[in-house]
Amino acid sequence: MLNAFAPARTSSEAPEFAETPAAGLSRRSFLVAGLAAGGGLLLSIGLPKFAGEALAADGPFAPDAFIRIGSDGAVTLVMPQVEMGQGTYTSLPMLIAEELQIDLSQVRLEHAPPDDKLYGNPAIGFQVTGGSTSIRGFYEPLRKAGASARTMLVAAAAQMWGVDPAACDAAHGVVLHPASGRQASYGSLAEKAAAMPVPKDVALKPVDKFTLIGTPAKRLDAAGKVDGTAAYGIDVKLPGLKVATVAACPVFGGKLKSVDDTDARAVKGVRQVVKLDDAVAVVADHMGAAKKGLAALKIEWDEGPNATLSTEEIVRQMEALAATGPGVDDKKVGDVEAAERAAARTVKATYQMPFLAHTTMEPLNCTVHVRPDACEVWVGSQVLSRAQATAAEVTGLPREKVTVHNHLLGGGFGRRLEVDSVTQAVKIAKQVDGPVKVVWTREEDIQHDIYRPYYYDQFAAGLDAQGKVTSFRHRVVGSSIVARWLPQAFTNGLDFDAVDGAAGPYGFANLHVDYVRHMLPQGLETGWWRGVGVTHNAFVVEGFVDELAVEAKADPVAFRRELLANDARARGVLDLAAQKAGWSGALPARSGRGVSLLLGFGTYMAQVAEVEIGKDGAVKVSRIVCAVDCGVVINPDTVKAQVQGGIVYGLSAALYGQITLKDGRVEQSNFDSYQALRIEEMPAIEVHIVESREAPGGIGEPSTSGVAPAVVNAVFAATGQRLRQLPIDPDRLKGA
Amino acid sequence: MSFSLKINGTSHEVDVDDDTPLLWVIRDVLGMTGTKFGCGAALCGACTVHLDGAPVRSCVTTVDSVGESAITTIEAIGAAPAGRHVQQAWLDLDVVQCGYCQSGQIMSAAALIADTKAPTDDDIDNAMSGNICRCGTYARIREAVKLAAASLASETK
Ligand code: FES
Ligand code: FES
Repeated sequence: MLNAFAPARTSSEAPEFAETPAAGLSRRSFLVAGLAAGGGLLLSIGLPKFAGEALAADGPFAPDAFIRIGSDGAVTLVMPQVEMGQGTYTSLPMLIAEELQIDLSQVRLEHAPPDDKLYGNPAIGFQVTGGSTSIRGFYEPLRKAGASARTMLVAAAAQMWGVDPAACDAAHGVVLHPASGRQASYGSLAEKAAAMPVPKDVALKPVDKFTLIGTPAKRLDAAGKVDGTAAYGIDVKLPGLKVATVAACPVFGGKLKSVDDTDARAVKGVRQVVKLDDAVAVVADHMGAAKKGLAALKIEWDEGPNATLSTEEIVRQMEALAATGPGVDDKKVGDVEAAERAAARTVKATYQMPFLAHTTMEPLNCTVHVRPDACEVWVGSQVLSRAQATAAEVTGLPREKVTVHNHLLGGGFGRRLEVDSVTQAVKIAKQVDGPVKVVWTREEDIQHDIYRPYYYDQFAAGLDAQGKVTSFRHRVVGSSIVARWLPQAFTNGLDFDAVDGAAGPYGFANLHVDYVRHMLPQGLETGWWRGVGVTHNAFVVEGFVDELAVEAKADPVAFRRELLANDARARGVLDLAAQKAGWSGALPARSGRGVSLLLGFGTYMAQVAEVEIGKDGAVKVSRIVCAVDCGVVINPDTVKAQVQGGIVYGLSAALYGQITLKDGRVEQSNFDSYQALRIEEMPAIEVHIVESREAPGGIGEPSTSGVAPAVVNAVFAATGQRLRQLPIDPDRLKGA
Repeated sequence: MSFSLKINGTSHEVDVDDDTPLLWVIRDVLGMTGTKFGCGAALCGACTVHLDGAPVRSCVTTVDSVGESAITTIEAIGAAPAGRHVQQAWLDLDVVQCGYCQSGQIMSAAALIADTKAPTDDDIDNAMSGNICRCGTYARIREAVKLAAASLASETK
């Protein structure tokens, strides 16, 4: 499985790519040992590479992470992955500690190094590029690295004592020779260990010997997040730092025509007004002055070709594309046409999903200091190498003259896989003498996001006289994220993400999935959003499969089970969720239960939602029962937190989320018009984890993907109204 | 205009326009970055601080309205018993994810349990509804508020 650019996954928020022929992956990870600067052992870890990225890599040796065991015994994991809330900083050290035989508290985690020299290899750029950096990507390499380091430390001790390594043990950071009672700390052995050969094919602990993996270890990053000391990008402090805020042309693709800044410059604390092609920024001593200055600008925009663009027009285009195609085939199984001709009846439906903003809690921001010969960037980003590259391009400096300091992320959800705000900040900083922190207002964040695509999906299914599904057709129409973001993986016109999960986890005998790309108007862009392709497809497929169950007069759970054939893991979560939810138990009037099932990110998940519909049509989601099989669980507490959080994110979108366009502008602007779920709307969530020895799957995204269809199916059970479009429209649900 | 602000027990002189939101004085002028910016419009709660113990949204509280009131921010909330118990409960239950909203959540929670010994679910809804968490930590927030209230109550008994 490929997960380029994404952080580790216990996980959340980052996009995830399904394995496709177009996106091949070399499975080999590698380890190189050496002496750490300042003494000790340094293990460089290369992760399996995504084929396209490996080709694009700069050099033959580009490690993705390091483990450093210092002469003082400190074990440090150094890696470019960032913590966005998903628990990476806790779960990845667990993998190392397990095999290295140390306590979790002995592992320290460092951000990507601010100083390449420390590692003696200037070629190492900590490019996230090419890293398959999920828990799935790291699960084996980090355990191997831990086991290799342990083996080398033991070998060093054995050599020193003149004993057989097999007669030595390692525990809590110490190598022991029980027969003689000798012992030596890892720190004292680290330098000698660096000269030992890296073992080939080191044996890993079997799952049932894990002592740390699978335990609910506490987060390592919590303390600074409860006392205000954790530093996000927006918290950067530098001598002489100015703060800027910005207004980009409200119409996508529009340009700045003119600006009268007389009043703005009269605002106390305003230092400078910076003009870009398509935006104006006010630079000030503090954000209060910058905002006041921005409000005082009189700006004239050249609105360009999108001045009349509306959501309706985009939907009309997609409707036409759905009708005419041509579609690019994703899956073709059996003979759909023949099966449709033979079907007792055919069921058709069209589903739509809106553009969505991300609204990470921390608004986008980026601090930049441009000097004639160098550029420094302070940001919280999931794609450091891209941040560096864009800064180099804008300044005209070579990449090695651009230093990027990464920070904690106040939420990612896919938004921080983009560097548009970095590009803009560097352009502004080029015109400012000294460092400047560019902070987007929430309004700017919502109106200039890179949105989750609008999707328009058409289905047709054949049923026989007994209500069995004989054919399944799904056409996906949507803009292509992959074509823009990872063009080397966009092959033959097929966006593998747009069709990820387009037939659910089911084994249809006659199946046709195809994709029609919608070209967006220039200036409007779409990008990754938590749960990516699976979030889109789980909603439409699980909604439509529910419709088929109704057509077949079958129970939705039993109907799905039937479609699953022999997929034991899928059946396992489906049955578990149904059982724990009391699936067939009675509910009051205008209440209902709905189910969803998905396979995404290597994880099987079923959710049962319970809803109550008010007279005014308001949907209250009272309870969600979630059964998950995500393979080996690294940290069950993280799994629960991620399932809960993912449900909240998906439910916010299901109930409220939509970005609409009118006159080329986004109509929403802040948390009043683009709402997020609040504490009083939080359903009771039960998470049931299936014990499994399968390879670990992702856990940050499946629950986001599965919640909307479960809720919409529950709404149908409660009201008989089939909602084929999000967000849920309460007007359609009014009733006695 | 020049203002004298009492923040976390210390006086600070600042020279800003009188309609400047307190948030930016705290964060940008004084460099206390624990208090967060999320919306600038009293919609998300990330910027919550206490004025004489009561939670306010500092993004819409202008500096000239503060007067003599004592301002408390996340940096000093641990010095008060309620704040200390809230922080501990947050750690005990591993509430945080990205953490960005949590300064505001903790300030709202600390004000709640300082006033309300055993908050009900409704009390918690009312006090915490203004604090958005995009990472979705609400279930743990609710539990942690109850835990903090209980431990505070048992300490002050
Ligand atoms: S920043 Fe003040 S309430 Fe959102
Ligand atoms: S923990 Fe991330 S927004 Fe609340």
